[in-house]
Amino acid sequence: MEEYPGYPEEMWDSLRMVEETRDERIGKTYPRMSEEERERILREWHPDYKEGAKRPLRIGPSKGMMVPHEVADILEAHPLITPDMIDLSEIDYDVDILIIGAGGAGLSAALIASEHIDKEGILLVQKLRLGDSNSKMSQGGIQAALGPDDSPVLHFLDIMGGGHFANNPELVEILVKEAPDVIKWHQSLGVLYDRNPDGSIKLSPGGGTCRRRMLSCKDYTGLEITRVLLDEFLNREIPYLEFTCAVELLTDESGQVVGSVLYDLDSDEYLIARAKSTILATGGYGRLHIQGFETTNHYGATGDGIVLAYHVGAELRDLDATQYHPTGAAWPEQIVGQLCTEKLRGRGAQPVNRLGELFVNPLEPRDVEAAAIIRECYGRELGVTTPTGMRGVWLDTPLIDIINGEGTIEREFAAMYRTFKRFDIDIRKEPILVFPTLHYQNGGVVINARCETTVPGLYAAGEVSGGVHGKNRLMGNSQLELYVFGRRAGRFAAERAKRVNVGKPTLKHVERYERWLREAGIETDRRAPILLPEYRGKKTLEHHIRLL
Amino acid sequence: MEKEGKMVTIYVMGKKHRVPAGLTIMKAMEYAGYQLRRGVGCRGGFCGACATLYRVKGSYKLQAALACQKVVEDGMYIVQIPFTPAEKKLYDIEKIRPTPNVFVEHFPEITRCLSCNTCTKACPQDLMVMDYVQAALRGDIEKVVELSFDCIACGLCAIRCPAEIVPYQVAQLARRLYSKYILGLSEEVEKRVAEVEEGKFDEELEQLKRLPPEELRKRYESREIRV
Repeated sequence: MEEYPGYPEEMWDSLRMVEETRDERIGKTYPRMSEEERERILREWHPDYKEGAKRPLRIGPSKGMMVPHEVADILEAHPLITPDMIDLSEIDYDVDILIIGAGGAGLSAALIASEHIDKEGILLVQKLRLGDSNSKMSQGGIQAALGPDDSPVLHFLDIMGGGHFANNPELVEILVKEAPDVIKWHQSLGVLYDRNPDGSIKLSPGGGTCRRRMLSCKDYTGLEITRVLLDEFLNREIPYLEFTCAVELLTDESGQVVGSVLYDLDSDEYLIARAKSTILATGGYGRLHIQGFETTNHYGATGDGIVLAYHVGAELRDLDATQYHPTGAAWPEQIVGQLCTEKLRGRGAQPVNRLGELFVNPLEPRDVEAAAIIRECYGRELGVTTPTGMRGVWLDTPLIDIINGEGTIEREFAAMYRTFKRFDIDIRKEPILVFPTLHYQNGGVVINARCETTVPGLYAAGEVSGGVHGKNRLMGNSQLELYVFGRRAGRFAAERAKRVNVGKPTLKHVERYERWLREAGIETDRRAPILLPEYRGKKTLEHHIRLL
Repeated sequence: MEKEGKMVTIYVMGKKHRVPAGLTIMKAMEYAGYQLRRGVGCRGGFCGACATLYRVKGSYKLQAALACQKVVEDGMYIVQIPFTPAEKKLYDIEKIRPTPNVFVEHFPEITRCLSCNTCTKACPQDLMVMDYVQAALRGDIEKVVELSFDCIACGLCAIRCPAEIVPYQVAQLARRLYSKYILGLSEEVEKRVAEVEEGKFDEELEQLKRLPPEELRKRYESREIRV
């Protein structure tokens, strides 16, 4: 019988060393870094600090902001449509609120909006299937300061420190204060949070948190929350369109946003949706594969929202900071880049190098943890190399059962256990190989406490927005953000819809954007939003023609 | 693992393609030139968008998998089932209760269950689907919750069920009822919500927001870590 059937033989020596050193590592923790050490390792090893990976934006209200080339490429690109392609005289949907995106933020906005205005005045559009989103993929948890020794004040401090104090404190305050109420809302809708044997809510630690503050639903947290919201959304019969994407916003004579040009992915036809309030809940840009990184993200995460917002002149922020999740799968090849939840470390799994040695505290903030893993692989050369040349370090998962008792992994990490078992790796008995993976758009569209962007009529909530997390998000705060700000967006967008009138929809901002491109001397054939990532084979693309 | 360079033959809706061994069904289809619009989602086994049926040459067995998780095999005939035409039963969660009959009332078709276990065999999450349908018939809500929690609602159980049951919808109702009415709201949540509403943390938060950056940094660095 093979010793490690899921791993190639060249890794077996290293796997044995991890096994042999496991007993002496139990109970030991690598010390946390000082703030100085953290800053140094980020400067030297975090991909955000890599020279030549970014450039300043040459156009628009956030001109001069440094962003990754991949982000600049979609912002310094021609809009997908030109005004002459579209007949704006026939409006297909004339509504109060248009919600773009059906992940956690979009669904929350729809549910709350339906409590303030007639649901027939709402239209939710979704690029792929209803509910398809990164929200659904979140594994580890959602933060809320519920413990007796915890408070929203400590939650606030953790977020500000984790975000390198670049956060918008107003938004952070709202996030931490409304967190308990979001959990109450979820429970009243029927979300099943993990409980302790005595019935209290189970709270775990997370990277950069000073208390146990992470609520979870096994390691299917996002799945459980979003499926309940979706079920409720369907029960309330709120109007929606699937496989329909927003390709360009609409503005009226006064410059306010009044809806969107939609594009039906099945029929290739465009539709005009006019709205008094428009909510962007489109998620992030993981599928841009910044710096060539693999990603944990959903297929639809192509950064459409920041492009749509920038076209109408909305300000952006903190897009220089990209989150690389410290532990993406580095093996097996089929699932490279997929998320291995931070909760694994929260429950005792240690990152160790090729020799089975500890080299970093398991619960540093995400950017620091990721930088330490990259240094171990490429600075100290103590990583493990896979047959495809990828490097990684071990995450010693068997410790979870050793520390917390047998059965813990199967009970709390059903998704992780199942994923690796499909490839003959038993995470109860063998460690997994990990490397940082592109995970989250830390910045985004500027919003205020009412989720208003800097352009009237346009709201944003969730990953597409910026300011809550500063330069680095902590685990469990993105799930939280979706519901706190999704609900707010629904409420304030509904309030606005009751009091404003909208004019004739135009695409004047598209003409302006083309002018900005021209004036900045940007000559390109790039067009955006890109809507779907390109993964087709080389041969297909080389011979691709459109005849029908 | 397959060695690099080895190719296998797959048939996507009958059409033959040579693709590298070791790819998932999803990546193999993309390699073959398909730009996926339907039948693709999270690409990580969490969303159920890529439900797929397949049969391997020489076998009569129709098997089910997620295209993003299943590696291609030589001679695989593949069709994606990106949508299940199941009726969504509507209910008001505020009005219904977890009575023993709630499942039969909302989903009378579960009484047609033949105990054939086809649903369980079709489940790409390896859940005991038939067992939870049977538990629903008995009104054993806790069992339904326990056995169904890892469901990603891909629809394969419903497509394969000869009695036309939609197991994942039964399970969704069970989980919501169980959380809302049997476990109920958590005391510590209600307590903290009340404290926030009373303004217990307002003053301290206001102070923190006004601190100069250096002071805030000091407060952050000196906070006690108790995890």
